[in-house]
Amino acid sequence: MRSVVRTFRQPAMIIPNITFPLLLLAINSNGLRAATHLPGFPTNSFLDFFIPIAFMQGALFASAIAGIDLARDIDNGFLNRLALTPMRGSAVILGQLGGAVALGTIQAAVYLAVGIAAGVRFETGVAGAAVLFILAVLIALGFGGLGIYLALRTGSGEAVQSTFPLLFFLLFLSSMNLPRDLIKAAWFRDIATANPVSYMIEAMRTLVISGWDAQALGLGFLFTFAMIALALGLSAASLKTRMART
Amino acid sequence: MTTRRGVALALAYRQATVLVKNPSLFVPPMLFPLMNFVAFAGGLSRLSQVKGFDFAGGYTAFTFVFVLLQSAAFSGVFMGFNIARDFETGFARRLLIAASHRTGIIAGYALAALLRWLTVAIVLTIVALLAHMKIAGNGVDVIGLYTLAALVNVAGVLWASGIALRFRSTQGSPLMQTPVFLTLFLAPVYVPLDLLQGWIHAVATVNPVTYVLASGRGFISGDANDVLLAFGCGLGLVAFFAVWSFRGLRRAERAAA
Repeated sequence: MRSVVRTFRQPAMIIPNITFPLLLLAINSNGLRAATHLPGFPTNSFLDFFIPIAFMQGALFASAIAGIDLARDIDNGFLNRLALTPMRGSAVILGQLGGAVALGTIQAAVYLAVGIAAGVRFETGVAGAAVLFILAVLIALGFGGLGIYLALRTGSGEAVQSTFPLLFFLLFLSSMNLPRDLIKAAWFRDIATANPVSYMIEAMRTLVISGWDAQALGLGFLFTFAMIALALGLSAASLKTRMART
Repeated sequence: MTTRRGVALALAYRQATVLVKNPSLFVPPMLFPLMNFVAFAGGLSRLSQVKGFDFAGGYTAFTFVFVLLQSAAFSGVFMGFNIARDFETGFARRLLIAASHRTGIIAGYALAALLRWLTVAIVLTIVALLAHMKIAGNGVDVIGLYTLAALVNVAGVLWASGIALRFRSTQGSPLMQTPVFLTLFLAPVYVPLDLLQGWIHAVATVNPVTYVLASGRGFISGDANDVLLAFGCGLGLVAFFAVWSFRGLRRAERAAA
């Protein structure tokens, strides 16, 4: 609850995090519209193709907020005081994730509403939109967990902020701008294929542009759950180390 | 610090020292252009096969010019963050008292931003050349391209310093970077202007960055066009934001008095 309240008490951090992906969506969906003329491009609307990126960017921003907030708790001694209580470590981590998940949920709702208002049509209908919403929140949870891990590992808000571009790099090196089979540079296509973020994007994308695709959805959810498990596992291990240090 | 040049050089030296001692301050301005270059040149090169894409220099060069200008603008913006931080730590107020010619303060920050950008530009150019970027332009064209980018850098730092001198806090940071980001991305970033459609084509047509970008791309492909227009836009931006920045300085002086 504290994490949620604290997150929403920082409008200067929340508003740009919600609006920036929308601005990028507006610009890129028009600036890259020429890509739909490429032979084999899966849709006529670049907006439909690009909308999952807004959800991914929102999740990344939520991860930065989660990490910076926890780093501040470490810096001002709040985590040390928590360590003196009988609270379980897992509860500390999940509690800290509350703000990121709440923000991720609101972001997902906003992007979904704006996307539909701007003309995005789901091939999978309302059920597909609901699945996309759930996947977006889960991805926010996963990236939020990575933010928590970075904060516990470094204990510094500045360090979390400096690491944030590296997480963004994962998005840049994915199939965010073109389908993998249309990426011309073989090295980039190979990196995008090895990048789990590509599968998260493609799972969301299929819901919008091509209908129910069990393989794409399976891979998307698989990598998302794997990221959540990895992030929470690493966070738990780092929390133990940090508590032991204090 | 008795002369304007003395103030500028001393401040530029101090900023360079701060950067050398704090590599973390240097990473974001270096990383973002590289990330964009890799993502655009690697991930979007298929766009060169879209009908009507008539740029002769290849997609890597097409992208490089945008990323070079972006790095120039953002090296200026990041210097604005440093100015705001200097106000928060109290250094800038002491500087206002110590400097006999305060316009030298802005010149010093601008010089430091230019040095920072030159470092980024060198790394970016090396990476682009390693990625087999074709430069069809001659030496004069290349100098023209980097001079245009330097003008964008100066315009960027003057814009950001104007904000920093008014807010005197890092809370003004989003205001420094968001308009710059939007102005850059509302130009023909991924494809030439003729291939843009709808509202973004209309906005790009009146965006001065479009002409700087088009001329820069002309320089690198050896087919420079609208050079006067591009330099006019660049110099116009510098002149406009110089007034903006110096008025900000006056406001900071009044606040410090």
